[in-house]
Amino acid sequence: MAFLQAHLLTLILFSPLAGAVLLLLIPRERLQAIRWVALLVSLIPFGLALFLWFAYQPGVQGYQFVEQAIWYEAIGSSYHLGVDGISVPMVLLTTLLTPLAILISWSIEDNVRSYMALFLLLETGMLGVFMSLDLLIFFVFWEIGLIPMYFLINQWGSGNREYASFKFLIYTIAGSLGLLLAIQMIGVASGTFDLIVITEKWSTLNQSLTLFGLPITLAIGTVKKIAFWAFVVAFAIKIPIWPFHTWLPDAHTEAPTAGSMILAGVLLKLGAYGFLRLVLPLYPVEAKYFAGALGLLAVLAIVLGAFASWGQDDFKRLVAYSSVNHMGFVVLGIAAAAFAQGTMQADDAVLAINGAVLQMFNHGLSAAGMFLLVGVVYDRAHTRDLNKLGGLFPVAPIYGGILIFTAMASLGLPGLNGFVSEFLVVRGSWPIFTLYTALSMVGLLITGAYILKGLAKVLHGPLNEKWLGHKMEINRREIIAIAPLMFLMLLIGVWPAWILNVINQTVKFLFG
Amino acid sequence: MQIETLIWLIPLPPILAFFTIVLGTNRNNRLSHIIAIGSMVVSWGLAMVVFFNAVTTEGLGHHPFHSSIAWIPTGDTALRIGVLIDPLGALALFFVAWTCLAIFLYSVGYNNYGKPRDPEDRAGLPPRAGGIEPMYARFFAFISLFAFGMLTLVISDNLLLLFVGWEIMGLCSYLLIGFWYGKPSARDAMIKAFMTTRVGDVFMLLGLVYLYSATGTLSYREILYNEHVLGMLTNTPSVIPALSTAGLIGLLLFIGTVGKSAQWPLHVWLPDAMEGPTPVSAMIHAATMVSAGVYLILRFFPLITAGWHEGGPLTPTMLVISFIGAFTALFAATIALAQNDIKRVLAYSTISQLGFMVAAVGIGAYVAAAFHLITHAFFKALLFLGSGSVIHGVEHGVQHTNEHIDAQDMFNMGGLRKKMPVTFVTFLIGGFALSGFPLITAGFWSKDEILADAFAHGHLAVFITLALAAFLTAFYTMRQITLTFLGEPRTKAAEHAHESVWTMTLPLIVLSFFAIAAGWVGIPEGFPAIGGIIPNWFHDFISGTLLEHPQAVAFNPVPLIVSIGVALGGLLLGWLVYRRVPAGGEDPVKKLLGPIYSVLRNKYYFDELYSAVIVRPAYWFAETFVYRWIDRGVIDGFLHWVGRTSLRIGDFLRNSIDLPIVNGGADFIGEGVKKSGKTARVIQTGRVQEYLIIGMVFVGIVLSYILVLRP
Repeated sequence: MAFLQAHLLTLILFSPLAGAVLLLLIPRERLQAIRWVALLVSLIPFGLALFLWFAYQPGVQGYQFVEQAIWYEAIGSSYHLGVDGISVPMVLLTTLLTPLAILISWSIEDNVRSYMALFLLLETGMLGVFMSLDLLIFFVFWEIGLIPMYFLINQWGSGNREYASFKFLIYTIAGSLGLLLAIQMIGVASGTFDLIVITEKWSTLNQSLTLFGLPITLAIGTVKKIAFWAFVVAFAIKIPIWPFHTWLPDAHTEAPTAGSMILAGVLLKLGAYGFLRLVLPLYPVEAKYFAGALGLLAVLAIVLGAFASWGQDDFKRLVAYSSVNHMGFVVLGIAAAAFAQGTMQADDAVLAINGAVLQMFNHGLSAAGMFLLVGVVYDRAHTRDLNKLGGLFPVAPIYGGILIFTAMASLGLPGLNGFVSEFLVVRGSWPIFTLYTALSMVGLLITGAYILKGLAKVLHGPLNEKWLGHKMEINRREIIAIAPLMFLMLLIGVWPAWILNVINQTVKFLFG
Repeated sequence: MQIETLIWLIPLPPILAFFTIVLGTNRNNRLSHIIAIGSMVVSWGLAMVVFFNAVTTEGLGHHPFHSSIAWIPTGDTALRIGVLIDPLGALALFFVAWTCLAIFLYSVGYNNYGKPRDPEDRAGLPPRAGGIEPMYARFFAFISLFAFGMLTLVISDNLLLLFVGWEIMGLCSYLLIGFWYGKPSARDAMIKAFMTTRVGDVFMLLGLVYLYSATGTLSYREILYNEHVLGMLTNTPSVIPALSTAGLIGLLLFIGTVGKSAQWPLHVWLPDAMEGPTPVSAMIHAATMVSAGVYLILRFFPLITAGWHEGGPLTPTMLVISFIGAFTALFAATIALAQNDIKRVLAYSTISQLGFMVAAVGIGAYVAAAFHLITHAFFKALLFLGSGSVIHGVEHGVQHTNEHIDAQDMFNMGGLRKKMPVTFVTFLIGGFALSGFPLITAGFWSKDEILADAFAHGHLAVFITLALAAFLTAFYTMRQITLTFLGEPRTKAAEHAHESVWTMTLPLIVLSFFAIAAGWVGIPEGFPAIGGIIPNWFHDFISGTLLEHPQAVAFNPVPLIVSIGVALGGLLLGWLVYRRVPAGGEDPVKKLLGPIYSVLRNKYYFDELYSAVIVRPAYWFAETFVYRWIDRGVIDGFLHWVGRTSLRIGDFLRNSIDLPIVNGGADFIGEGVKKSGKTARVIQTGRVQEYLIIGMVFVGIVLSYILVLRP
């Protein structure tokens, strides 16, 4: 037990990786065995994450379950992990979505072993980002999260997968370059990569920087500006903030169902998490200065994302664009808080960040659920064209009910999860960015339009005779995969305090 | 048990029923409707206990039933939600519980419970020959969810929980309008209803967050029963310079009402909502959900009227509200004149009556608006249920005679009073209440009070508009009654219509009792002859909701005479014009009005206007501008350009630098060395003799140089 307590994060972090190695020992033809082992292995980090959730003490300031070990002493980098109220929900989300994604991947037939192994590797990468307290480790895991996704899209994707996976990879790597540069500069300037140390002394740094022995010296202000922008671009691409978003609809649409679930459910959160963990604490001044621009981009994402989604005839692309719309609210909350933190309006900033973090979690649930459901219908009908579907409700009544439920959560219906977080973001941003908040309502309106368009074109209307003979109904395995998501959607909608308590305490310490 | 605990429990049975039916009993129709109606009975019982406790509590306005819990932690504080029953809440609870219960029971008969399932019926389409509704259990699940939403809204002590109930009802409205989703018209109507009300909702949400930002709370009591907060909101200017904070928040909330209560210009969804089954129209689109919009502005009356004193000039917010209300009242009444669908007439009538209430709130007639809200809920639910009974009867006739006619067109009816006596009598009561038939009906007392208030406070424009609307109301109501029930049957189907089953007629009887009796509690004290016999309990009771009790209006004969005149005149005229419409005959008014008639018939072409000006441009913006032009064209175009340019640079580097210069240069050096090596190889033969010869020649040359040539 003591060992578990002391190394909980490491265990969560590397159990998927160990599972991936284990999978490689199973003969590749034994598909059922591979699937079941992958599923069972992915339940281990989930169980541990649940333990983490209950063992975590919301009222205690600072990071918990901290682990530190020597890694790369010469340059001042160490294996340093820890979690707070912002990362714990993300860890929970990641470990929850991975088993569900694996469960929904039963329909994958070719090269199952590599597929499952990549998924588990991906999980380790994502978890590492949420747990790292060392910038170099952070970067390593950031990149680990990228490569498996590339292969998942490239190998198991649909029609246009070459283009989509390439666009995804190049775009994200372009961001990573900046991230690497920024991390190097911070590391050299402060002599360590340890996030806690850097956070403490970063604002007091005032020496000019000599880069790599070159005869160029940079004023510390310039260093900070460059590092700030490098961070912002890297995270903005990942979230994605308008206009860096066009990789997203392609990648989401072409990825296999489970890939889309993880991509929308977790990977997008890495960017927002980066903003919260690195940009806002390290660059309060720059962040405040550029908050207005960030807020504008957020509103553009909300509004134009919603409109673009409405204009789609491909069911999956419609859902993909909804991510741009929903993540826009996360960014709006972050921008508002960046503007207001440390001022008289700090209370509003806390609300906005509470909303943003909860929105990250909520979007993880609803987007993953929506992609799962799109996958179900694609699996049966082999088309995602909304104009070819329609009238499915009588042939798939259970599926229809689940789809309406999940779509309503995505739409932000009060009583379900999305509303709580959008309400908090809007409430927090209103006194800070009144005009932007008002404009974002256009996006909220159009959210209704695209969700209802999707429902109407899939479920409603005259019975489409073409699907009469087909078995369209959702099967039990798929229901099991979405049931936990639906339960959480309802739970957060009815009683958000259980998760907001954890988020709120940390946000209060950091931004209050 | 604490009364507060009971209030918390009121909305729970229907939501439990919803989940039980959806997750468990959805294949068992009998069990499903027992659960749904049983849970509604429990809720109704709880509501009645709470209601009678409330009316017997002295000074309920001062000490309402109230309890709350922390819901969302926000920094160091928390957003609290809770339940509140004050006089307005108690009254709303009363009419909601009664109408919901009546409609639940009615739904059993309406959905043909007890009839065999017609094998040709399909889920998603209405039963075509009187078989039981294929989605019978689902219907009860949905209306249970709806009842949960409405009850939550009524018992809420804060704006956020109200909004939750408000939106859940919106969802149910969407699901139930599209209950027969297989019909394309129903599919379009459900989206139209949801989207149109959502326009109002997003403004309302802004009002909500504005209010929350400005006061730090959303609780009614802390804002509306608190002079300090109200004063602060009245005196701080808002983000829009001409309005106070209270005024702007009031206006934003009112836009929510405009959507939900289908006021102009967001009225277009309600008539189309008649695509849904009739109990749905009665419950959601007449008695409860659309009333919720008016309930909202009644709730926020102190905020909306902040800065206004009784008898003083209206604030800008109130002016807007009274204008929209009065305009809608008249506007919708004119459209109702030219509708032939029995339910659509009622739909426009609902819009118009809600306009009366909104106008009343706008001119500060709080009590009158609340009074009309409650009486209207009863008599309009009654009328809708009556119309459902009529349609059922005529549909039966249609199946019997195999005529191909529209069973909802009033011109295909006539003479139904003999076939459907219970429906006739109750419909007559409802219709007369709607018209404001003097003294007997509830509608008379409540409508009269609105008119009296408008007149007494000098809002003549509102008074005249509403009087005109009241006249038209009486006229189209009598048109409806005459065409449907009086005269001789105009089709064979109408001849073969028959009375509905008891589960449908019993609710009619219950509601018609309230359509009459609900008026007696609010007879003005100063009314000639009968005033004061029954004390004006309503005024005294509901005034307690407000911090500043409104004054009863002094009696004035002018509005009374006008009110009686327009009601009786409209009824008489309606009867005279329509009593002799022959089978296949045209609407007599059509000739009279000429082109205006077709404008009215087409609802002033608002649907076409919105489609051309808003919906289609918005979709073009979404599909073509944002997606194709911006995302695909500009952004991806730029990315592809970057990609192509990188390729070109790479190409250039390879073909113009790498190959000729770098490769060429390296090759040149390599080849040069190789060549010189090859050349030099000639002398490297490996033969000692040759080396010796070369050596000797060399030595000879050197020696000759040293010995001979050196100077």
